[in-house]
Amino acid sequence: MSLDIWRGEIFGLLGPNGAGKSTLVRQLTGLMRPDSGSVEILGHDIVRYPERASRILAYLGQESTALDELTVSLAVETTARLRGLGLRSARGERDAVVEELGLGAIASRPLKKLSGGQRRLACFAAALAGERPLLVLDEPTTGMDPVARRAVWGAVDRRRAERGATVVLVTHNVIEAETVLDRVAVLDRGRVIACDTPAGLKEKVAGEVRVELVWRERAPVEVAAVAALRAGAVESGRRWSLRLRPDEARAAVAAVTGGPAFAALDDFSLTTPSLEDVYLALGGSAKGLVKS
Amino acid sequence: MSVVPAEVLQGGARAGRGGLTVEGGELAPRARLLPSLAAVYRAQLSRARVARIPLLFVATFQSVGIMILMRGVVDGGREAQAVVAGSSVLVVAFVALNLLAQYFGQLRASGGLDHYATLPVPPAAVVLGAAGAYASFTVPGTVVTAVVGCVMFQLPVAHLWVLAAVIPLAGAALSGLGAALGLLAPRPELATLLGQLGMSAALLLGVLPADRMPGVIQYARDLLPSTYGVEAFARTFGARPDWGGVLLDLGVCGVVGVASLALATWAYRRAAVR
Repeated sequence: MSLDIWRGEIFGLLGPNGAGKSTLVRQLTGLMRPDSGSVEILGHDIVRYPERASRILAYLGQESTALDELTVSLAVETTARLRGLGLRSARGERDAVVEELGLGAIASRPLKKLSGGQRRLACFAAALAGERPLLVLDEPTTGMDPVARRAVWGAVDRRRAERGATVVLVTHNVIEAETVLDRVAVLDRGRVIACDTPAGLKEKVAGEVRVELVWRERAPVEVAAVAALRAGAVESGRRWSLRLRPDEARAAVAAVTGGPAFAALDDFSLTTPSLEDVYLALGGSAKGLVKS
Repeated sequence: MSVVPAEVLQGGARAGRGGLTVEGGELAPRARLLPSLAAVYRAQLSRARVARIPLLFVATFQSVGIMILMRGVVDGGREAQAVVAGSSVLVVAFVALNLLAQYFGQLRASGGLDHYATLPVPPAAVVLGAAGAYASFTVPGTVVTAVVGCVMFQLPVAHLWVLAAVIPLAGAALSGLGAALGLLAPRPELATLLGQLGMSAALLLGVLPADRMPGVIQYARDLLPSTYGVEAFARTFGARPDWGGVLLDLGVCGVVGVASLALATWAYRRAAVR
């Protein structure tokens, strides 16, 4: 596996759980030494000097246990101090980040007492305290409401625009990947199966259309046209998902909206392909990507 | 399957990406030992305040309860002194050894150590900050236990000031041991178990008068770091305390404290980068 990430870009690692995203990130942050290969950040060899990673990057992991019993403001201030800031600048940084992310109302509450999304935002605030040229964020928006998500992406964009920060983002959220990433590496079972801009990746499946069918109770497989569609469908309960060429899609829709199959049909939709389709087209093993 | 990653994050010196050169030297400074120790200490003390006050009550009641029980067994003199000193230091063992072992065990198991490991903070600051906070947290309980014990067994309170040395030194030895147990235990349940066992040892070997123990147990008692804190404290109840002996015991306690904190720091390094 080989990846180059350019300065100032928002680079994504997309893949389902178990694809190897977190392992890769642990190696990038110096938490885990790779068996072989090299990791280089801004000219520094992280395999040889793993402790340098902490002086170049800020890492937002998936766990908050180290901060759980602290108040939001003390968690941010302490993290800033442990990033080498003096007391006064750590407090300045704390106030600025709390303000920027709109955490003022909950600043004096312990993280433990917050909802999952709020806690995640507080940990993100701690990651931002004390400037770093590289931010490594492991699924930063998990559990967040839209307001908190906007605060996160706003803060990320500002750091890139004003300070040229680089962001490595781990996600299994397809929609997020399409909207915020400059480039994305698609991972599956420890391999990079593609690496390009979201638009570039979607070109690969540009000739295809996604057809979603939802059946009322069960699929009427006794209808020959429906039985034929089943071969190419990914089934999850009453929902069938198919990737088809436009003419095939038209024929499929005609088949299920006319004749006996229509009585069994609850809903259907036609959409342009998403990164999930790219992932599937590239041979990804499917389960675990999120669309929301 | 083995994954062989080779990722490179460079300064944009790619064909067609402009003429930027790969820059080095963008290393932020490390956090210095004392300021980061102070920051960890403060954070740990604040979380201890929130989460550990009920446990401190438990620790104090436990020690007072043991002294009440022992009243029927010992009849004043050296034995009473040993009981009061042992019960007081037991509060330190409960919090610094048992609770700290649990804390580090859980932190390690849940991946919470990653937070510290990705900050440029000296390992000693994390361990000493946490150990110091837990040890300071034992102060009220230890003092209360000592005063109650003195009243109960009619011992002089004149030299209770020696607790100002006993708590930090015994605290260092026991919290270093607790942190090391928590960080080295492969599973959090095991860390909890080891912490409990360490505290039971401190209870049995520290509170019961040594003269009545079999020889083997007396050796075990000599190996336990808290013993020297207990001995130093017990000596000060005498009519004319042997201050040389007190200093010697405190010195041993201090040396064990440095050794156990060094062990804990090594254990932290080992646990942080897997």
